[in-house]
Amino acid sequence: MTMRWRPGPIFIILAIAAFIPLLDQVLPAKMQLSEAIRGVFLYAILALGLNVVTGYAGLLNLGIAAFMAIGAYTFGILTCEIYPFQLGFWPAIALTIPIGALAGFILGAPTLGLRGDYLAIVTLGFGEIVQDVLKNLDVVTKGTQGINPLPAPNFGGGEWTAEDEYKWYYLFFVLLVLTVLAIRNLERSRLGRAWFSIREDEIASRSMGIRVERIKMIAFATAAAIAAFAGGLSASVLSSTGEPSNYDFQISILALCIVIVGGIGSIAGVLVGALVMVGLNSIVLVKATAWMAAHGIGGQGNVLLSPNNWKYLIFGLALILAVRLKPNGLLPPRIERAHK
Amino acid sequence: MLDYQVFLQQLITGLSNGMIIALIAIGYTMVYGIIELINFAHGDVFMLGAFLALTLLGALGMEAWGPTGQVFGVLLMLIGSAVFCGGLNWSLDRLAYRALRKSSKLSLLVSAIGCSFVCMNLGLFWGGVPMKVFADGNSAAAPKDFPAIIPQINLLGDGFLRITPADLLVFAVTIPLMVALTFMVKRTRLGRAMRAVAQDPTAASLMGIPVDRVIGATFFIGGALGGFASVIYSLYNNTIGFQMGTRAGLDAFTAAVLGGIGSLPGAVLGGLTIGCVRSMSDQYLETRWTNTIVFCILVLILIFRPSGLLGSNRREKV
Repeated sequence: MTMRWRPGPIFIILAIAAFIPLLDQVLPAKMQLSEAIRGVFLYAILALGLNVVTGYAGLLNLGIAAFMAIGAYTFGILTCEIYPFQLGFWPAIALTIPIGALAGFILGAPTLGLRGDYLAIVTLGFGEIVQDVLKNLDVVTKGTQGINPLPAPNFGGGEWTAEDEYKWYYLFFVLLVLTVLAIRNLERSRLGRAWFSIREDEIASRSMGIRVERIKMIAFATAAAIAAFAGGLSASVLSSTGEPSNYDFQISILALCIVIVGGIGSIAGVLVGALVMVGLNSIVLVKATAWMAAHGIGGQGNVLLSPNNWKYLIFGLALILAVRLKPNGLLPPRIERAHK
Repeated sequence: MLDYQVFLQQLITGLSNGMIIALIAIGYTMVYGIIELINFAHGDVFMLGAFLALTLLGALGMEAWGPTGQVFGVLLMLIGSAVFCGGLNWSLDRLAYRALRKSSKLSLLVSAIGCSFVCMNLGLFWGGVPMKVFADGNSAAAPKDFPAIIPQINLLGDGFLRITPADLLVFAVTIPLMVALTFMVKRTRLGRAMRAVAQDPTAASLMGIPVDRVIGATFFIGGALGGFASVIYSLYNNTIGFQMGTRAGLDAFTAAVLGGIGSLPGAVLGGLTIGCVRSMSDQYLETRWTNTIVFCILVLILIFRPSGLLGSNRREKV
């Protein structure tokens, strides 16, 4: 039996993404896309992580930003010149993955037995606590200053700077593709099917011999590892961990919006969701602010005239409307969910 | 001050704040008891209640009223915020949650998070209203001073401890409300209907109970309690901000879980405990670690006694 290969939605989306820098060559300077799309890649990686735990295993995690913070600070502490380790970019970014998984394990081990909504609250609280701890342990983490400067990769002629826009673009692109491939393989493995199974019915899965706690644990740790990886990347491209509140509840909710709006449990959905939500967040709002400033509208006086002040409303409505009108998202997964 | 004097003083602060937390916690526990939803937006409904109170205070110029007038003003704010928050909470249920009764719990929870964010944004906009109490609408996001219209005197004179009229107000508002609520749930028709719906919505509707209306009433009552809490919180702490709902919500939810979710006396016990833990931690440890400590309590309770201190042990249904 032969099967003709047809390009799926994931392939099409990624193939288009590969050509954005070429498009930038012909677009006027004001409409350059690649830097914003790089942000989309970063959040797509984060949301793919969240998708493993929330989409596949059905465990609502409201503290994914905390693992991103853990990755960013791990990367910072391993590489910055004020600490004894001083690793380079590649070993440090590789180490964010096991350390993120370990953090996921530490939070997950005692709490995964909880019912879904309690687990959601615990992860939310964890997200708040990680910020507090990073802010309060300023001896180690430099408090609100963040850790900097941090190294960038250095192949192809010296260490990269912010000028090397396209190198960063393709680095993020390649890492996103690798993440997608890894998750796609997981999705189709024995482990992935076990995740779907406990999402649909935990008790039935248990009686089929699935070790529910262990499978949940792996989902949790995988998500944490991917989020930490995204955190390390973000710290590297910014050359700073930034302050702890850069990894607040808003980021966790942005990731959740991406997954819910795009299509919970669907890789292609997450990619589209990341484009829509991050596009709104860091392209439309930012451009609107710049445009209004250029035309003398807004400023400090009127709260309604600052596009940034609409963020919570947009995220909130996105969640409410997506759940209500398109519960399976823009690009739902191919595998039908059991009817509930 | 002497050691035990400090301790007792912190205990008074802790109990007062604890009663406020308890009042918010009851809103969580009632809604959770009836439809098993953590109403994320509850903390933000509470926040909007405080904004309404400040608006009333500013619009009517209550600061200039005499002492008798201010007693009337406080009553007006209490009733205004309670009706407003109750109505808002009811509308959230009507507009966002009711359509999802048959969906998975996850969708309901996500919808509640969405409502929370929408409410938070409304609070941000509200802070930009060009009124004197909102600093003429400049810097909408900044915390707002809530004028202390209650005299800041010590009722015990130069006594050993300091008890202010605000402390008394907290207890004078919360205790009658809790008694009335307990009576309502235990003795009235509506209360019986609520307990029936909590136990089994299908069976309740077969018995002729209008399930959706009872759930709506529960949201209204829970929200109204949040409204009362928002006014006494503002008068007690004298500063409000559009992000205060998240923190207050997390504390109150922790209190509800600590006491045993679904249980009214549990919510009160949990609220008082959390209030005291917070004030003791502020005094004897460091303020910046207080939130971490409250969170650790939440995790420990959930792991070792998920049914809480007073909750019954309910197993998740198949």
